[in-house]
Amino acid sequence: MKIGGIDIGSRYIKYVVLENNKPVVFYKKDTGHDPFQVCRELIEMNKPDKLVATGYGRHLLEIHGSVNTITEIKAVAIGSKEVFPSCRTIIDIGGQDTKVIATNKDGMVTNFEMNDRCAAGTGKFLEIMAKTLGFKVESFGYQCNCEGSDDIKINSMCTVFAESEVIGLIAKGIKRELIATAIHNSIASRVIALLKRIGVNDDIIFTGGCARNTYLQRVFENCFRTKIHVHDNPDMLAALGAALYAGHAVSPFSSLFVPPAINLTR
Amino acid sequence: MQKDYTSLWERLGLNLENHAGLLGVLSDAYKNIYQSQRGRPKGMEYFDFVISEIHGLRVEEIFEAKKEKRKVVGTFCLYVPEEIVLAVDGVCIGLCAGAEVGADEAEKFIPRNTCALIKAFMGFKLAGLCPYVELTDLLVGETTCDGKKKAYEIFNEITKKVYVMEIPNKKGEDGKILWRNEVRRFAEKLEELTGKKIDLEKLKASSKIVNDKRKALQRLSFLRSNDPAPISGLDALLVNQVSFYDDPIRFTTKVNKLCDELNARVKAGIGVAEKGSPRVLISGSPMAIPNWKVHAIVEGSGAMVVGEESCVGEKNFGTLLDEDFSSLEEGMQKIADRYMTINCACFTPNDERLLNIIDLAKRLKVDGIIHYAIQFCTPYLIEAFKVKKVAETMAIPFLRIETDYSMEDIGQLKTRIGAFLEIIEKGVIA
Repeated sequence: MKIGGIDIGSRYIKYVVLENNKPVVFYKKDTGHDPFQVCRELIEMNKPDKLVATGYGRHLLEIHGSVNTITEIKAVAIGSKEVFPSCRTIIDIGGQDTKVIATNKDGMVTNFEMNDRCAAGTGKFLEIMAKTLGFKVESFGYQCNCEGSDDIKINSMCTVFAESEVIGLIAKGIKRELIATAIHNSIASRVIALLKRIGVNDDIIFTGGCARNTYLQRVFENCFRTKIHVHDNPDMLAALGAALYAGHAVSPFSSLFVPPAINLTR
Repeated sequence: MQKDYTSLWERLGLNLENHAGLLGVLSDAYKNIYQSQRGRPKGMEYFDFVISEIHGLRVEEIFEAKKEKRKVVGTFCLYVPEEIVLAVDGVCIGLCAGAEVGADEAEKFIPRNTCALIKAFMGFKLAGLCPYVELTDLLVGETTCDGKKKAYEIFNEITKKVYVMEIPNKKGEDGKILWRNEVRRFAEKLEELTGKKIDLEKLKASSKIVNDKRKALQRLSFLRSNDPAPISGLDALLVNQVSFYDDPIRFTTKVNKLCDELNARVKAGIGVAEKGSPRVLISGSPMAIPNWKVHAIVEGSGAMVVGEESCVGEKNFGTLLDEDFSSLEEGMQKIADRYMTINCACFTPNDERLLNIIDLAKRLKVDGIIHYAIQFCTPYLIEAFKVKKVAETMAIPFLRIETDYSMEDIGQLKTRIGAFLEIIEKGVIA
């Protein structure tokens, strides 16, 4: 039996198919302007017998495709527990949300915090800043140069103002590598503040697209003096969690969660 | 077919074009959020009607009342004693607004980072969209939060009819004395405004009217303790919102009628959700009409809101007035003291609010507490920390939400509330 999990994020749609509870397929595509169409294309490529959707756009599939959904918070917790069974704290930085999640030893979510309403401290913010500095977002973390960066700080809580701050620093002739470091540090400090609210237990796992940024990982490691685990495909874990959930779905409300036949014709 | 009130609105000086737009948006939102609910009690038909006539029939009634020389008093806070307004034959109308309207107009006078509630009551007036504020003879402000008390100064420059009551910061004896004096001065102000003297008989009669309203709302609150809940949180919230501007006697009759129906539902084991659905208590900033955002998301995600620890909710009716007084002075004092039991976050300390939350959580058998604060509502935003601790002691899952009247964070709120309900359901597979 093939079981699918699809994570409709603000920047990318991720799709995982399980066979015998092991992921056999992982696709990732730009969300674009018609996420429903992208979902259909992905699902057509490898049709599952059961499917659960998660992520910001999950309701699209719920409404148009009668697909059951779980929040990305629960999904990423399930996915993380699968790949790192000892995980108790999750840092998830995606396109438009930053989440920190505390789980118990059974992998159940016990607490979580999310960034407030703006994009500062999220992947989108990194993308905008990388562009402003003329770097590629994929290699942005490698451009950070710690030496002498302590004197430069990005204080603004808002993407728009933070960008003005960056432009101000560029105008002062500050090297872009130093500015890049300051930007990363500002994101990290915000995430650390969220983590302090929920309390940190080992092991910590870093997920979402931004977990590919090794500099951020390093800042967290220095802060908590512990290893931060990152999966090879850190952006896959919510989709993986959704798929695992689809396969196991048993809950006190199980009748609500048994996925019906998938009908993706709009 | 609804009556045409255009000429009335024109006489009140409303901006007719924008006003028509507002009513259109409101009626669409109401249809989507309210009329899509299943299993609604028949008694809600009255409240549907009130909403459909939100700026119509009631406005006309008050307009007629004014012709009979009755004065209209607009308020923004539970602390303004309705008994006294009614004792001079006044009409008491709550003017807090729960929609993002006229914000750009309001921002000409107050900073952008002012809470949505203040912005809205300024905005509604400045954009010419609130018939009630135009009908008022007196606007009563109060020294609760800093935002409101400073905004009233500006609001007075705009309307020239603001009277401010001083609410103490602490609940001790000094505070009580200050408040008793303030209540007395307010009564004098109203006597001066109306040219009518308050006597014992009138005060007793008006006290009964307001207490009866509180009793009806208490009854509704108690009925919500049942599982399955006989009424949705959205509908109960609406009833509470309407309590601020409907005629109090008629309102009480309609709420009691609704409660009779709910009582029958409870006896028959009928509810609006399945038995065992997660039950949520909302605590925090007031939700003025038409602010239905959080309730709609919670109930759209499969849980039930069973109580509001809020001004638009328990704080409004939780304590009754001791009607057993035999002199005017004693009555005034009892009224003042009754209002001092409202546990607003503007007081320090405010531990009674926490005790009330504990009681409510037990009585309503809640599975989770959502603390709701309007962005920039500092008193509630900060007090959330203490509510969280209370929830932890009771081992009840807790979620803190900070939002405003706009719709742009709906997606994020759905995720937060959804994940919170997942924690309550403990549906995570090990």
